[in-house]
Amino acid sequence: MTYITKPTVHHPSLKKNALGLTRRDYEGAITTLCAGCGHDSITAAIIHAFWEMDIAPHKVAKLSGIGCSSKTPAYFLREAHGFNSVHGRMPAVATGANAANGDLIMIGVSGDGDSLSIGLGQLCHAIRRNVNMLYVLENNGVYGLTKGQFSASADPGTTSKKGEANTMEAIDGALLALTLGATFVARSFSGDKDQLVPIIQAGIAHRGFAFVDVISPCVTFNDHEGSTKSYAYTREHAVEVVHADFVPLREPIETTYAEGTVQRVTLHDGSVVKLRKVDKDYDATNRDAAYAAIRDHQRKGEVMTGLLYLSPDSKDVHDQNETVAGSLVSLPHDQLCPGNDALQKLQQQFR
Amino acid sequence: MTRVNDFAFKIATANGTGSASANGLIMQAIFRMGVPVTGKNVFPSNIQGLPTWYEIRVSKDGYTARTPYFDLMVALNAATYAKDVAEVRSGGYLMFDSSWPLDESLKRPDVTYLGVPLAEMCNATFKGVRERILMKNIAYAGALAGLIGMDPDVIAALTKEKYAAKKALLDSNEKAIALGYDYVRTHFPCPLPIHLEKMDATRDSILIDGNTAAALGAVYAGATVGAWYPITPATSVMEAFKSFCMKYRRDPETKKKKFAILQAEDELAALGMVIGASWAGARAFTPTSGPGISLMNEFIGLAYYAEVPAVIVDVQRTGPSTGMPTRTQQGDLMMCAYASHGDTRHVCLYPSDPREAFEMAAKAFDLAERFQTPVFLVSDLDIGMNDWMVPKLAWDDAYRPDRGKVLSAGELEQARSFYRYLDIDGDGIPQRTLPGVHPMGAYFTRGSGHNKYGGYTEDADEYQEVLDRIARKVQGAARAVPQPVIRKTPGATMGLVTVGGCHAACMEAMDLLAKDGIALDYLRVRGFPFGDEVRQFLEQHEVNFIVEQNRDAQLRSMLMLDTGVPVEKLESVRYYAGFPMSAHHVISGVKAKLEKAA
Repeated sequence: MTYITKPTVHHPSLKKNALGLTRRDYEGAITTLCAGCGHDSITAAIIHAFWEMDIAPHKVAKLSGIGCSSKTPAYFLREAHGFNSVHGRMPAVATGANAANGDLIMIGVSGDGDSLSIGLGQLCHAIRRNVNMLYVLENNGVYGLTKGQFSASADPGTTSKKGEANTMEAIDGALLALTLGATFVARSFSGDKDQLVPIIQAGIAHRGFAFVDVISPCVTFNDHEGSTKSYAYTREHAVEVVHADFVPLREPIETTYAEGTVQRVTLHDGSVVKLRKVDKDYDATNRDAAYAAIRDHQRKGEVMTGLLYLSPDSKDVHDQNETVAGSLVSLPHDQLCPGNDALQKLQQQFR
Repeated sequence: MTRVNDFAFKIATANGTGSASANGLIMQAIFRMGVPVTGKNVFPSNIQGLPTWYEIRVSKDGYTARTPYFDLMVALNAATYAKDVAEVRSGGYLMFDSSWPLDESLKRPDVTYLGVPLAEMCNATFKGVRERILMKNIAYAGALAGLIGMDPDVIAALTKEKYAAKKALLDSNEKAIALGYDYVRTHFPCPLPIHLEKMDATRDSILIDGNTAAALGAVYAGATVGAWYPITPATSVMEAFKSFCMKYRRDPETKKKKFAILQAEDELAALGMVIGASWAGARAFTPTSGPGISLMNEFIGLAYYAEVPAVIVDVQRTGPSTGMPTRTQQGDLMMCAYASHGDTRHVCLYPSDPREAFEMAAKAFDLAERFQTPVFLVSDLDIGMNDWMVPKLAWDDAYRPDRGKVLSAGELEQARSFYRYLDIDGDGIPQRTLPGVHPMGAYFTRGSGHNKYGGYTEDADEYQEVLDRIARKVQGAARAVPQPVIRKTPGATMGLVTVGGCHAACMEAMDLLAKDGIALDYLRVRGFPFGDEVRQFLEQHEVNFIVEQNRDAQLRSMLMLDTGVPVEKLESVRYYAGFPMSAHHVISGVKAKLEKAA
């Protein structure tokens, strides 16, 4: 992907995190996306989230597929290894990297074409496996790099820039993820950083596959009247039902909201997600209720946002596999190779 | 005519009836009598009820190639009687289940018929349909034992070992063996003129299939991540890998696993997982067959261009398309060598038997990491799924994995700069870093155009510079892959050149051709890119017969492309109908070419 190197000189007054790093240390190259692209706002939220969580950038692996969204890993965490793989196949690469080294903090960035068309199968199976990673679907309803074709998330009735109407049903990533047994499902809007940053942080802390669908308007091909993924439409129709507040382990958990409207979920590392509920009856740990609520809002023409579902007992690939603690990469060869004596003994059974 | 320790027989049954254990018992018993033996399982792409055959060749001279000439047919499947009767060599024998009469039309005057009432005896002895069917197989093994003179003590010992923990099964098996054995000894002059006598030619050998051996190679090389999608005939590679890992790779106290096996949603994902795992620093592999390689093409190109190690085991079956999934072929030679769009060229290793499958599987990981590129272990169904007699495997405990130019945290700490695709010492191989190790090591892996510093580029010169370096790097692997096996014959002016599992047929054919006064030098390629030795051999001989198992002479094409030797020097000898190659295919092919030239 195209990018322009960004200077790394910092202003001394910039705020530092516990590692002594400023937000600038979590940036990458300068974006080459269109001015005003929703994806750049998501990049900013990702930068903020990692910085605030005091994560050393080089402990992160950032992966993507192909498309506008998949360019963005170049624009954050320059000290992290990046992998811009092939179209729709990032989940497999991420699954392998995670299998090899479960200590890596993994973020995958994808788009609606990458995730819901060419890579739909891979996304489904990464969800099923519950690969421990944050998966951000930057959802704009169009193919940007090939200039404006409808994607699988385009709502029926949506018109393209040229006026052509989409006649097919949309695939809703959040509903799909819920159906497949996802352990963390959220939806947000690229223009709502207050909502998005804590969701990303909770997704990073979650042990398992954290699916975050972010409506991210394409200013060039899908920000016109007739689009349900435009800034104007999303601002008007987004309804936040649950606001996530992420509380890292080291901070005291203070109740700032009236009891009865806050639901707390403790993540595997001890950090807590506090879900401030606009709808008092909403239970974010109930998969069926989450599914029904999303559908209800859809019928009303609304886009339900927030941390929609969080499984309190998530088991990731390594939990299921019962892998040894730490990374398989760091195991010394003598722990992996049984040696010649064992080989000679084994061969008795081949005689 | 009496023939001792030099004959072949074939057992025709229906699959899913349990004949595999009887056939295994027969193979092992012959092997334990010290007599060289090989088995070829000819099975359908089906689970139950379709015809299946098991061919066993006994060869005191140690020939392991398939022979299509059967001295004895054990015809137990009425559905294939006619075909099976026709396949018996004139003067041979046919054993059948005489519980039912054999149609007169199936009788051949030049074949001796041996009726054994297997079903009748088993129905009288065993209770229940399942046991009667299973024991009918063991009973034919007993009958065969009597007919060809297997040592009853060896069979008794084998049965005891196998069912040591299952007393009831042991009793049934012993009874069933006795039924067949005693019947033939009472009714026919045993042993037949074709029979076994004890030898001492298997002491240092084992009976093993190539998929098990390749899996063992992966374990010994330290592979920790295996990703796969089930496909015949490669499935047993991962099954064996899993069982060896469960045995050797679990923490003794916690029982936690020092490996991860990922059953992917398809072959695309399987290779994607291998690439991700290798990128993160693990030794990772995927076993598959031709259809899987077809699907993996996109990812193969990514691994080639982004320079990520990957080990791909291709257990070839017949193509194109679904082809015949349970028959063998060498139809993927060119696809493996040049897989994916754009200019690519891949390191390939070609085992000829399970022992080489073991050694080359381990070698593949070293080469993949040293050259930072996909490496193919190009096996086939015959090598992978059949039991071969090979010398015992050995492992050098001094072995340490060749991780290639991977920079450690300490090296990165000292380094003033790190550029992923920079050739710093002229061998075309750049330095590599792993994620999570050090901030200095960070780089962006991409399949899009990149320059030697790892940055995105659309600049013509920068793009070409990297592509040319990769070509140089892969050519360098020609010196690192296993070198060809060459056997010279005094006075020979012609060459016989082959690859992989054709080796056995070629060895036998050369001995037989020599008796006809046709002297040949021999070369078997074991790795791609081909090195200078291959080119020199081809150039040195007036004509080279290129023996392979595919329709389009793929090995010959690769030899032409890679060595520049003119096609006039390369005569193609091919057999590709699905069975393992036999010596007679090689002999008739060579003779036909010679007659045409004369």
